[in-house]
Amino acid sequence: MRIGFYPGCSLEGSSKEYSDSLFAVAEKCGIMLEEIKDWSCCGASAAHNLNHDLALALPARTLALAEKQGFEEVVIPCAACYSRIAGTKQEISNNVATRKKIERYIDLTLEADIKILTVFEFLQKYIFPVADGHIVNKLNQKTACYYGCLYSRPKETAALEQIENPMEMDKVMVKAGATPIDWAFKTECCGAGFTMSRTDIVAKLSGKIIEDAADRGAESIIVACPMCHVNLDMRRPEIKKQLNKEINLPVLFITQALGLSMGIPADQLGLNKHYVPTDKVVTCIVKKEA
Amino acid sequence: MARIGVFICHCGENISATVDVAKVAEKAGKLSGVAYSVDYKYMCSDPGQTLIIDAIKEHKLTGIVVASCSPRMHEGTFRKAAEKAGINPYFCEMANIREQVSWVHPKSDATTQKALDIVRTMVEKVKKNTALTPIKVPITKTALVIGGGIAGIQAALDIANAGHSVIMVEKKPSIGGHMSQLSETFPTLDCSQCILTPRMVEVAQHPNITLYTYAEVEKVTGFVGNFEVTIRMKAKSVDHSKCTGCGTCWQKCPSKKIPDEFNEGMGFRTAIYSPFPQAVPNKPVIDRDHCNYFQKGKCGVCQKICPAGAIDYEVQDEFLDVKVGAIITATGFDLKHADFFPEYGYGQFKDVIDGMMFERLASASGPTAGEIRRPSDGKIPEKIVFVACAGSRDKAKGIEYCSKICCMYTAKHAMLYKHKKHDGDAYVFYMDIRAAGKDYDEFVRRAIEEDDVHYIRGRVSRIYEKNGKLIVKGVDTLMNGDPVEIEADMVVLATAVIANQDAETVAQRMHISYNKHHFFAEAHPKLRPVETNTAGIMLAGACQGAKDIPETVSQASASASKAIGLFSSNEMTREPIVAVVNRQAPPNFTSCTGCMLCMEVCPYHAIEREEMKDRTGNLIKVAVKVNAGLCQGCGTCVAMCRNKSIDLQGFSNDQMLSEVMALLNS
Amino acid sequence: MHEIIPQHPAGTLKSQMEEATGVIVSHCYQCGKCTAGCPLNEEMDVRPNQILRMLQLELPGYEDKILSSLSIWLCLACDTCYSRCPQEVKLSQVMDFLRQESIRQHKVNPKAKDILSFHKAFLDSIKLNGKLHEVGLTIDYKLRSLNLMQDVLLAPSMMAKGKLAIFPHQVQNTKEIAKIFKRISEGTKE
Repeated sequence: MRIGFYPGCSLEGSSKEYSDSLFAVAEKCGIMLEEIKDWSCCGASAAHNLNHDLALALPARTLALAEKQGFEEVVIPCAACYSRIAGTKQEISNNVATRKKIERYIDLTLEADIKILTVFEFLQKYIFPVADGHIVNKLNQKTACYYGCLYSRPKETAALEQIENPMEMDKVMVKAGATPIDWAFKTECCGAGFTMSRTDIVAKLSGKIIEDAADRGAESIIVACPMCHVNLDMRRPEIKKQLNKEINLPVLFITQALGLSMGIPADQLGLNKHYVPTDKVVTCIVKKEA
Repeated sequence: MARIGVFICHCGENISATVDVAKVAEKAGKLSGVAYSVDYKYMCSDPGQTLIIDAIKEHKLTGIVVASCSPRMHEGTFRKAAEKAGINPYFCEMANIREQVSWVHPKSDATTQKALDIVRTMVEKVKKNTALTPIKVPITKTALVIGGGIAGIQAALDIANAGHSVIMVEKKPSIGGHMSQLSETFPTLDCSQCILTPRMVEVAQHPNITLYTYAEVEKVTGFVGNFEVTIRMKAKSVDHSKCTGCGTCWQKCPSKKIPDEFNEGMGFRTAIYSPFPQAVPNKPVIDRDHCNYFQKGKCGVCQKICPAGAIDYEVQDEFLDVKVGAIITATGFDLKHADFFPEYGYGQFKDVIDGMMFERLASASGPTAGEIRRPSDGKIPEKIVFVACAGSRDKAKGIEYCSKICCMYTAKHAMLYKHKKHDGDAYVFYMDIRAAGKDYDEFVRRAIEEDDVHYIRGRVSRIYEKNGKLIVKGVDTLMNGDPVEIEADMVVLATAVIANQDAETVAQRMHISYNKHHFFAEAHPKLRPVETNTAGIMLAGACQGAKDIPETVSQASASASKAIGLFSSNEMTREPIVAVVNRQAPPNFTSCTGCMLCMEVCPYHAIEREEMKDRTGNLIKVAVKVNAGLCQGCGTCVAMCRNKSIDLQGFSNDQMLSEVMALLNS
Repeated sequence: MHEIIPQHPAGTLKSQMEEATGVIVSHCYQCGKCTAGCPLNEEMDVRPNQILRMLQLELPGYEDKILSSLSIWLCLACDTCYSRCPQEVKLSQVMDFLRQESIRQHKVNPKAKDILSFHKAFLDSIKLNGKLHEVGLTIDYKLRSLNLMQDVLLAPSMMAKGKLAIFPHQVQNTKEIAKIFKRISEGTKE
């Protein structure tokens, strides 16, 4: 079966390493991902604030293209894109009038029956069955898996079993030979779309997250969302000012962490693209015992 | 020749405002067979009834039709009037022109015509009516009480003290129920066990009460006055007739790490155990699921050391059939536990506990001997947060109802904590304070005013653990919605009262109805609050809905009085609306061919096989007969009968057909 | 961008909101759990439960107070409120509606200027390219918000790390996206 891939804008720009590491892991395991041709932006954190129809039409265009191109499943590694597209799919399949209206706006027809996979659903389904043969390293460190809002809420599109204490990423990290910690901020908001417009708020919210992870002994934070990554990694100067202390806790995409366990070189996984140095993550790694 | 009287009621203006009653009376008077017709403001009033009685006598009426409300409302009233006037009461029929006409249609000619049509059908029916006699059924004057909590105890004692026998069945090894677990009780703070245990002992010693603990009701058949019940006596593995309750066995039992249910999992018990020191009976049973002998095949310590030789590993579950006349269902309730709340930590935090756990901590007989110590490390908490409405009034969690008891026990908990830890802080997050009982609001005010408990109006959004503290994130809606974050040492969730896990099975076994939350349904929410829709089965306590102790005891006494009322006569009369199989002169005996289809479909097992024999005892024919005691008159058998050998008295095929024809011929 | 704001039906703010979102404000029983869990409860001038309260009561002045509040712009749509709400009130949808209505009635709180500028710059970038162009967005946002110096130190390092593309990625036919915007702005005026 062909597996569709929707990168979303961030994975082409500020979070390119997320996309690179996902492909590196998939390639290692012999899984092919095929980008949806001519996809467009999902509208993300902006469209829903200004126009509900636009917030549906933008994701709907991509869904319609994916259907036209014959995909049954699409992997969406960005949490914001996942949430917007899954929410649109649901609203459209529940309401014929809405679907007709949106079809008119985008000038395309759509069934909205495509299966959408989050990154951890993809890993679980396609990588896990073959992963053991490829995992050569143990990450050998305590990781705090951070899920953020958009995988756990709203309940209609939640991709997690226990929305207040999800374990999906933790399971991936166990597989990679890390020790996921139990902590309190797994699904608290990082400030999301305020990256640019209210850096003070981002610093406050993300600061609490980083502080709790550090307090509980985490050696790295694992994320599956480009927005969370930008806020937790790039906004460190503002966070430092907010907390009045410097916490040098690196933030990795889940696919980067898994890639490391598969012995993929750090540069190929884009670890050099981060603001918080990731050397410590790499030095912890040990060879997996046979 | 039939002489029918028709009586049209105005029901004040309930009917006359919509239906032209005078016209209906006038037209009805012209119907074939109608000898008298009249309308009147209130037929059910004394003058109205006198009018009917006088008319029957004066016009020599053979049957009457009263056009008024639903038969459920006043059929009995008018049939009694007919009987007083000297005719068989089953020659009185009602035409419902209120619920089925005036209340559901606007004023119009068509509405009046519909009323007349209904009157006409009943006139045709009453012409076909026959004299019926109520059925007399004997009553077994023994009550079965299911459940040995305070509800069952109260009901059993009331019935037994009235001189009737009672069989009490309790599924646990001891009676006492949840009340035996409580510390102090609101609003007086008297010790729960101190007031309960004398009642428990009284049950055990009462000459009229037979107590079966570690037993469950397996099957209920029969009907009011004549139930047949099968009780499963679970294998106790201890012969209670030999056991002296000396306790040597549970002191020596090597399986010591079984979570203690009585202490809500805080503490351990042995595999052979008596649940608590004041248990009734205070004799042990073996929990086979946790016993080494039963699980691994070796041990046998208790048998070796029992001085009375009471241990018997071979004994199996036994079944006991009993006959009872009334059943009191007092099967109690359960509570949601902390694991029900994702936002409060899925039950992972040891110091986030539920109300019943707090009762055990506060109880002198509990795991901490009455000192409030938190489960995780045994420390005395400096700060406790109580969360009311945890899971109750929560549509998103599937429980919309108010659990009723939490406001009061939360005030009590906070008070008990402050009494034991004077410098401790107690916070209560609440939405509303529902303290409507006698002396209840005063009790809550006392907690606030005298014991300095801080009440905060708002719900708690989340609880998480950090550095040994529980961070409680709430809000004060009385302070402009200001967020309130409390670092607590312990959190007590006043979790929702829910039905027992097996409530649905129990209800189906008893043939009683229940609501979507599996609480048992009363026959009428206001006027018959302790009876069920199945005659002879009553409800007591929280199996019907959340209740506190005073209310439970009141309801238990009320249901006991229903049973005692039933037992006040030797037999009871039932409506003769039952199916009958026709009978003919020999050699036919009946047109029934014995196909037995009716027997298969009867929901009440009321149809029995009957063998027709000649004088010398030779079998001539096999047919069926109806047990009038069991038949509920549903008519399913009539519909199934291929050659119309079964008919329903009072609603015969002939009667129903004439009603239909009356409508078709209009 | 203002043309993309939908025209809401006439009626009170509450009735418009209920019609557009399907949320029924009387379902809220004011337990405050939404506010208790809101990550930005401390910064909000009107708390989430108070917004619902004002919609419930509809007293004079409440509509203005809601539409000109900073809170509706601070809401991050994290959905913590809805996910824990015992009465299942979809507060995030209420907030979406109120933001749109606040723009339409020109009542946007001055302190929300930067937030709104960013959203608008974001949509402009999509309208232009079909995809978000982060450099373009940043420049557009800076011009709108006049926060010209913000993050100037960040840009060169991002560029060096390959995180910023100077030229935008575009969909094959950018006119297609512009058409969608046009149809919606016409559609919503109907």
